[in-house]
Amino acid sequence: MRHIISLLMENEAGALSRVAGLFSARGYNIESLSVAPTEDPTLSRMTLVTTGSDEVIEQVTKQLNKLIEVVKVIDLINGDHIERELMLVKIKALGPDRDEIKRLVDIFRGSIIDVTDKSYTIELTGTSSKLDAFLDNIDGSTVLETVRTGASGIGRGDWVLKV
Amino acid sequence: MSVELTGAEITIRCLQEEGVECIFGYPGGAVLFIYDELFKQDKVRHILVRHEQAAVHAADGYARSSNKVGVALVTSGPGVTNAVTGIATAYMDSIPLVIISGQVPTSAIGLDAFQEVDTVGITRPCVKHNFLVSDINELAITMKKAFYIASTGRPGPVLVDIPKDVTQQKAVFDYPDKVSMRSYNPVVKGNAKQIKKAVDLILSAKRPVVYTGGGVILSDAAKLLTELTKMLNYPCTNTLMGLGGFPATDEQFIGMLGMHGTYEANMAMQYCDVLIAVGARFDDRVIGNPKHFSNENRKIIHIDIDPSSISKRVKVDIPIVGNVPDVLKELIRLLKSVKEEPDQNALREWWNQIDLWRARDCLKYDRASSIIKPQMVVEKLYEVTKGDAFVTSDVGQHQMWAAQFYKFDKPRRWINSGGLGTMGFGMPAAMGVQLANPRAKVACVTGEASIQMCIQELSTCKQYKLPLKIVNLNNRYMGMVRQWQEFFHGNRYSESYMDALPDFIKLAESYGHVGMRIERPEDIEGALKEAFKLKDRLVFLDFLTDQTENVFPMVPGGKGLSEMILV
Repeated sequence: MRHIISLLMENEAGALSRVAGLFSARGYNIESLSVAPTEDPTLSRMTLVTTGSDEVIEQVTKQLNKLIEVVKVIDLINGDHIERELMLVKIKALGPDRDEIKRLVDIFRGSIIDVTDKSYTIELTGTSSKLDAFLDNIDGSTVLETVRTGASGIGRGDWVLKV
Repeated sequence: MSVELTGAEITIRCLQEEGVECIFGYPGGAVLFIYDELFKQDKVRHILVRHEQAAVHAADGYARSSNKVGVALVTSGPGVTNAVTGIATAYMDSIPLVIISGQVPTSAIGLDAFQEVDTVGITRPCVKHNFLVSDINELAITMKKAFYIASTGRPGPVLVDIPKDVTQQKAVFDYPDKVSMRSYNPVVKGNAKQIKKAVDLILSAKRPVVYTGGGVILSDAAKLLTELTKMLNYPCTNTLMGLGGFPATDEQFIGMLGMHGTYEANMAMQYCDVLIAVGARFDDRVIGNPKHFSNENRKIIHIDIDPSSISKRVKVDIPIVGNVPDVLKELIRLLKSVKEEPDQNALREWWNQIDLWRARDCLKYDRASSIIKPQMVVEKLYEVTKGDAFVTSDVGQHQMWAAQFYKFDKPRRWINSGGLGTMGFGMPAAMGVQLANPRAKVACVTGEASIQMCIQELSTCKQYKLPLKIVNLNNRYMGMVRQWQEFFHGNRYSESYMDALPDFIKLAESYGHVGMRIERPEDIEGALKEAFKLKDRLVFLDFLTDQTENVFPMVPGGKGLSEMILV
């Protein structure tokens, strides 16, 4: 099952490599990982998307908690949450395809942020599955480049991950 | 105004503030300023080893036998890479160490400088934590954190990497009394509800087993564990790391369990209905195949300070995360306060069953043999030292025989590399043990293959007059490899024969030690007695043992605990 692990860690050199190293050393999957400092510059917030059985996820969260620099760990799947990912995708856009792509971008509430006579660069935000759906609806041979940030997640309502 | 000290002075002052009396190390370019400061003081004694691996093993043996944090000091580059085996050994066995490593100057980091290596990167997977100190003002607090992290919670090695320029820069020295970290707060007390549930389950047991590991030793909980077990009259088994946690000469002790555990311990483990696991982690060498283990119905209480050790290989019913002594104290208190007691008839029946298993006499060997049986050497070592020695070992058959045949009644007496299985551990670890316990009898049970992996330390032993007794069970084979090849690889002894062995007697003598060769069973006891009479000399006892002797019982890899090969 897919899990979205959200964690706060000390914003220190090498902290990220401890997390990445843990996943490779113990053979856990990482689907995506995104990290940046929070409003408190001494803390980084990381969102990790991973898959595994309940037992594996239990170990993942325990092992993450064991890292000295990790302050708090939650699995967003355990409650109501919001997930967003940003994607930039450059697509070949020629002739009649140009209108079709524009319509598709509108349907997905994306925006075209760069245009040439041969291509569009599209910005799209949403859950990872929404971004997948967009790509599924585009002829793969027209995709020139895809850049995705990996998912970020946050709890809904009063559910707050704070020190 | 406060006086400013150099980073090198601060490093040494931190060690003094931590009460460190003895460190193990080897100098080199990046740590020269630190060595200069060591030279100028006499509170911290430095032991010069002959290889950095030995520095860490010695600090490790020092820590295991004394419950103090062991400290090693090595230089950058090869100094650190040599130390990695020692660090990984300590990490696997949760031993509190602080390793100080030199690093090239900050300005040279990342430029492939001479003797530069990414120390923090290389050691990351085998330390509890590590630090690169790039700011002199962070040095003292980092050292404080290192000692704090190493010795609290589930202990482990912590490495502090100090660039050379930081050891030259100056800062005001202010050593904090305490350190608190928002990201690191080890639990102490166990959850009261869980402990209450555990009490109920313990009292309902009909076929109970107390199974304890290194956690009991590390947390100094042997007395409490013994009190609890005696109070309940339950059988107790120890893991390889847990030997000495419960007195081996006690009737309730059913021996070590696991791959080379006793028949009675493994059978009891497999067929118990309530398992009380204390400071142990159900590892592959202990319970064998977890699926096979789960075929039998039993309820498991698991007390451990590390949540990630719980339900890792085996699902448990009542997890209690906490410091073992704190949890045991609470368990004992509650058990004393309740009126119920376990079903005595059922317990009697269970003991009868265990006695039947015991009668299988799984550790028997040919005592009439005209060739020295290695088991007999360990038995005689036990008798001659009256069970009161510190025994270190290397890794292999000799390690298993030492664990099976030396009856440890006290914790911290049995010192071996259980998790990583590091050949070469025994002698340097024994050096650390001897330095922590200057008047104690210290024996290193080893084999001719293992001992050669750190044989250079005979020189260190000479320099510091460490009167170790090296008990070399010399069968001219990498015995455990040979045993597996005999059992599982059609007797093809691929590269497991040790050809071209040195004359260990002459080798020992060349370092100024005493060497003895023992070839007949009737000479074992006399030689050991003579060796221990030489109180201030290292004696290398080279026992020529039966080449074909195997360690029994044996649970083959992938098999279940009750599927032992018996002699």
